[in-house]
Amino acid sequence: MRARTIEISVGAFVLAGLLSVIYLAIQVSGVTAASEKEHYQVLARFDDVAGLRVRGKVSMAGVTIGRIQNIGVDMEWGTAVVTLDIFGQPGNLTTDTSAKILTEGILGARYISLMPGADEEFIQNGAEITDTQGALVLENLIGEFLTNLGES
Amino acid sequence: MVLFLRRIGMRAFKFLAALGRASALWWSAMRWLPRLSELNLLIRQIYNVGYLSLVIVVLSAFSIGAVLALQFYTQLARFGAQEAVGVGLALVLLRELGPVVTALLFAGRAGSALTAEIGLMKTTEQLSSMEMMGVDPLRRIVAPRIWAGIISVPILTAIFNTVAIYGGVVVAIDWLGADAGGFWSGMQDVVDWWEDLAKGMFKSLVFAILVTWVAVFQGYDSEPTAEGMAMSTTRTVVISSVLILASDFLLTLVMYGDF
Repeated sequence: MRARTIEISVGAFVLAGLLSVIYLAIQVSGVTAASEKEHYQVLARFDDVAGLRVRGKVSMAGVTIGRIQNIGVDMEWGTAVVTLDIFGQPGNLTTDTSAKILTEGILGARYISLMPGADEEFIQNGAEITDTQGALVLENLIGEFLTNLGES
Repeated sequence: MVLFLRRIGMRAFKFLAALGRASALWWSAMRWLPRLSELNLLIRQIYNVGYLSLVIVVLSAFSIGAVLALQFYTQLARFGAQEAVGVGLALVLLRELGPVVTALLFAGRAGSALTAEIGLMKTTEQLSSMEMMGVDPLRRIVAPRIWAGIISVPILTAIFNTVAIYGGVVVAIDWLGADAGGFWSGMQDVVDWWEDLAKGMFKSLVFAILVTWVAVFQGYDSEPTAEGMAMSTTRTVVISSVLILASDFLLTLVMYGDF
């Protein structure tokens, strides 16, 4: 009987541990089917992506419609190449969609905001967004401001 | 001066010898995976070190979660960012406090008991009589205890994290009135299952190995006197606590250091 109680207690203990892990994964870290959600890839070139992080948000009108999958650099042109995972099937973004790097709040994380265009054709999987605007870098802004100040 | 140097040298040699004995102990105890016929030994040890540590782990987790939420809330409320309590709580717990505090509690609750138990077995010559009977004490006494520790600590850590987050929820949402939606969605947005959850669990696995190893070795290596056992038990708690904190720094550096 005693051995039986021990076995049951240990079983309950291990089960509680497993349930905790599942709870932590689902409720706390938010693992959902979202990671396997259907998506396709779009490229975007930026002059500057300072502060942008992989797994950051891609949003349109403030709604998250994708994630940043990879950030690389094209040495030849000196531009950053960002790979975006857009949820859904190709056919929801027009070819003249524009991309901007914005900041959430004053100190928040950088994310990419897409502005819909008016074209008839849609961006295909692996295509590139051409109309882009990079991150605003404070030092560059101050630099420009000082040069302007000096000229005038 | 020479005497002083000699004393330091002696200490260094003593330390090296102890490390050597500890490694030998680990190697000879962990050479085999536990057999199916030894499963009841293992279950018994998981009961002793894991299940019986549950009460202290759950109580501490709840208080720590509640206190963290209270501190985060009062500071963040000044910026009107009460909802960020969830993010702070989850990251701090999953990455650092969960594994570390659980391991410290485990060292105090179960590690010391392991040392005392094995030390007493040695003092009363149960270990040598086992050897006489042709039973390998490393295999029958030491190995199941190490395995039990390695299995129990990650489980305890997961339970600790869950309960602590629940404690934070009770304080921040139910009592202080932070918005539940922002609390959870902020948490789910920032916390990553691999980066935060899995790496934290890996930490707890490392701590489990360190603590049980130290505890078992100190028991096995204790002087067979009442005084020697008292010293070994103290040493188990001191050494494993220091090892936990030091290795936590190293692990954090390796896992999250961005350089």
